[in-house]
Amino acid sequence: MEKLLDSLSQIERTIIPHLNKNVDEIVDKTGLDKTTVLRALTFLESKGLIKIEQKHSKVIEAGVNGTYYKKNHLPERNLLIAIENNNNKTLNEIKEKVNLSDNEFKAALGVLKKKLLISLENGKLKIIAQKEEYSKKFPEELILEKTPLNQDTLSEVEKAAVESLKNRKNIIEIIEKKDISFQVTEKGEGISGKHINLDLIEEVTPELIKEGVKNKRFRRYDFGVKIPSIHGGKKHFVNQSIEQGKKIWLELGFKEMIGDYTVNAFWNFDALFTPQDHPVREMQDTFFIKDVEGKMPEEKIVSMVKKAHEHGVDKSLGWRYNWNLQESKKVMLRTHTTCLSSKKLAQLKIEDLPVKFFSVSKVFRNETLDWKHGFEFNQAEGIVIDPKGNFRNLIGYLKEFAKKMGHDQIRIQPAYFPYTEPSLEGSIWDGERKEWVEVLAAGIFRPEVTIPLLGTSLPVLAWGPGFDRLMIEIHKIKDLRELYKNDLNYLREHNIQIK
Amino acid sequence: MTNIIFSKKEFEKHLKITPQIQEKITLFGTPLENITQENIEIEVFPNRPDLISLEGFMRSFKKFIGKEPGLKRYKLKKPEKSHKVHVDKSVNETRPHIACAIIKKLNLTQDKLKDIINMQEKLTLTMGRNRKKMAIGIYPLDKLSFPITYTSKEPNEIKYQPLGADRELSANEILMLHPTGRKYEHLLKNSKKYPILIDSNKQIISMPPIINSELSGRVEVKTTDLFIECTGTDKITVEKALIIIATSLAEIGGTIHQIEIIGDQKIDAPPLTKVSDLNGARFLDARSVPHTKVGGFQTLRHEKYNTPNLSTQKTKVSLSNINKLLGLNLNESQISQFLAKMGHDYKKGIAEIASWRIDVLHEVDLIEDIAIAYGYNNFNPEMPNISTSGEESKESIIKRKISEILIGLEMLEISTYHLIKQDEIQNYAVKDALELLNSKNEYKFLRPNLLIPMMRIIFENKDVEYPQKLFEIGRVFSKNSQKENGIEEKDNLIISISPANATQIKKHVDYIFKMLNIDYSIKEINIPYLIDGRTCSILLNNKQIGYFGEVHPTTLKKQGIQMPVALAEISLEEIYNSVN
Repeated sequence: MEKLLDSLSQIERTIIPHLNKNVDEIVDKTGLDKTTVLRALTFLESKGLIKIEQKHSKVIEAGVNGTYYKKNHLPERNLLIAIENNNNKTLNEIKEKVNLSDNEFKAALGVLKKKLLISLENGKLKIIAQKEEYSKKFPEELILEKTPLNQDTLSEVEKAAVESLKNRKNIIEIIEKKDISFQVTEKGEGISGKHINLDLIEEVTPELIKEGVKNKRFRRYDFGVKIPSIHGGKKHFVNQSIEQGKKIWLELGFKEMIGDYTVNAFWNFDALFTPQDHPVREMQDTFFIKDVEGKMPEEKIVSMVKKAHEHGVDKSLGWRYNWNLQESKKVMLRTHTTCLSSKKLAQLKIEDLPVKFFSVSKVFRNETLDWKHGFEFNQAEGIVIDPKGNFRNLIGYLKEFAKKMGHDQIRIQPAYFPYTEPSLEGSIWDGERKEWVEVLAAGIFRPEVTIPLLGTSLPVLAWGPGFDRLMIEIHKIKDLRELYKNDLNYLREHNIQIK
Repeated sequence: MTNIIFSKKEFEKHLKITPQIQEKITLFGTPLENITQENIEIEVFPNRPDLISLEGFMRSFKKFIGKEPGLKRYKLKKPEKSHKVHVDKSVNETRPHIACAIIKKLNLTQDKLKDIINMQEKLTLTMGRNRKKMAIGIYPLDKLSFPITYTSKEPNEIKYQPLGADRELSANEILMLHPTGRKYEHLLKNSKKYPILIDSNKQIISMPPIINSELSGRVEVKTTDLFIECTGTDKITVEKALIIIATSLAEIGGTIHQIEIIGDQKIDAPPLTKVSDLNGARFLDARSVPHTKVGGFQTLRHEKYNTPNLSTQKTKVSLSNINKLLGLNLNESQISQFLAKMGHDYKKGIAEIASWRIDVLHEVDLIEDIAIAYGYNNFNPEMPNISTSGEESKESIIKRKISEILIGLEMLEISTYHLIKQDEIQNYAVKDALELLNSKNEYKFLRPNLLIPMMRIIFENKDVEYPQKLFEIGRVFSKNSQKENGIEEKDNLIISISPANATQIKKHVDYIFKMLNIDYSIKEINIPYLIDGRTCSILLNNKQIGYFGEVHPTTLKKQGIQMPVALAEISLEEIYNSVN
């Protein structure tokens, strides 16, 4: 109990002597504002001293005009009195006698006609009801007098009156109110109503440090209560994963390639031996950009690529069709980061070999946007240009790469891509779901790719893990749109990636 | 990539589906996708359309697991005297190529018939690029009278009863009314003349690539003899597709009979500059025939030849290249054995490849076959010991450092789409917007700045607790004819605080530049969506690289934002150059 008393804040202590009263009375007695009192009550509740009950109710209160009418009658009463005093006069004559605005006059006229108290005949206003009837207070007047009043207690007649007042400007307002009451618990009985005279230190201040705290006690903090959370600065979770991926490549001795997201079809497709009628090159799969045209690289490369497609290089048969330069000049958002590799190959000097490059970056597909489709992806890509490189090396790199991602088991199987041969797909073991998940695409670039770009046929080992697939696993995402939704609550609460 | 579903019952007439067989299917290069009570589903890559039918798959797969290795050869009957198809030169304008075959003595079952129709559909979809490049027609032989003519006519001259219709329709009616016509109407729409096949009774039997006639009939289980035609825009595709179908039907017991093709045909393959004596003899043959120029563009040649032509392809494959590329140490007899497992014959450095294989363009394609036969799971991985040092790009390092600075200022990073919406282009009066062709979603333009997505994200989070301190580093795009593709790309940084005023945002900008050890200057400017007098440009080396300011209440209201927003957007290009 002593600990409990020590943990009471100044305000709680102020309230405790008045716990035998209701909330409004406490506000009155203590001179605290209601919000402060309510907050203190929730603190007392969390300490188990009281139990709070909330009731929601709707209260009818007089609005701005309503407050005025409450003192000076509703317009319809004023009009009625004016007609009574000047029976059988024209509209304009009455209007001059009564102090009402145009809108008030019209409304009042409508109300009285509806109540069948007056008539308008040949332009003249006349009372048609009996005196005892019209001198009685209207239900609307009664409502206004009674405000504020609880909506739940209305009779049918009163309800109708409220409805008609609600439709008029600022006569009444309906306000939602939370009625808060509380009961002292068994635990609270001991201290309820008592005056607690404790001199506790609320806050450590420079003065206090100077004076010293001998023989004084600190108020104990109650850490059981809910306190507001703080939000730190943080990297977007997708970028956290990208950083992690980049780290693996750097540790394996790869240099980063960067480049434009917009590229011409030459680098994205033609240089990678993808025939011009390949379905991936159609508008429904790829984002082409209006009204721009790509510039081709040096003629030597273009003519070699053309030759590779039309009838092959180095004894290759080629795809055997008429290669179209215009098709190559189309500008598009890159569909894979392999276009960075094709550009890089065209810049390389043989004497620099062996070299290793990587990139982790955005690629785009023309897709709809729903829970399992998106139009932006992250792709990782690595290439090794080593005159001695071979298929066993490629598998060796993949194993090492997968290991660094935390996967000891990797399974490889044949696959097909237009620009690699041999090609393979690598899967990692998903221990939770007990199945192989394809995440790696790899292969050795075909001579039809390397000869035009490098000038010679050299083994270029290439692989690219589909990054978003891994990201979805890591961040347990169920809807692809969540990756770029930027719900700040989610970003603030989302744990950081440790790996 | 195509997934193929075979009936388990039919599959098991050839091979029992054991766990070992399941693994072998995947290691053969046809990933096993699914097995159900009735079916087995595999994926066939586009380089192997010869595996699309159960018979085609079994022909190759059985060899892979060691049964009847080596090149399979089929008996081919020469054309009967009347079995001719005359090709009129008018088809050169629309669909120049045709190849035909007759298959006899078939003993069909419901399952086999289903497999044939499946194969026809999948081939036209993949190899045929959904009928555009190649389409296939199959007819009961007894309904046709030879010779057949492949010609083209103006639409108003064409009238016949298409399959499934109850009366004769004109060509245009077929394209407008018939479901198949409507589906493929776009393939003929721009042609003056439509291709048709006519038999010797002057009956139209088909209008490729749309639909056969009711007269030429449907293939049924009781049908034993078939006529098959492949038409298309690419000669090789048309002929290879025919070979794949004909030999697959031979696998279920049919005999292949050739058809003689006679006519002037367009040569669409580019003229050879160099002829390798080891390339497919067929193509070599066709190209060396003298041809005549027509209209300055097309080259026609008169020729007579028989289809299907099952000539094999011979490709040189060197032992040292194989071992070098695979990192193995195989000998001649192993090579011969592995190639045989993949259905090839091999003799003294030369592989002989079946006519239905379309994927062997170069020696490397055979080397991959050898790798598959060797077994991808049998390769011993080797990490070569070459020392290279990893290197992050300067740009990436600077971007990372800047985000570290901002995170220290308790700012939260967002990551938004690189594309923006039509109404955003209008709201922010973007000039020279870069528009995408045919975007399938509501995002249709490349973003010119990071402000637009930032304002969208602030709006979408208007009910989330404030203050909101956000930043993004990302790529922006603008038109610039000086650049390689007419587009300039830059990395930008945007920081935004809500609620805040321009002074508060300037403090942040000051801090970033101070941490980067870069001096910058400012100059008052006027930006339409920001408050005049509370907006400055940011200058580095006298070049404007960005701005900071308070967003105008009118802009905020239009965007549905109820809190004040101050922000700064800075291009990083000049910063990349200023940091050493």
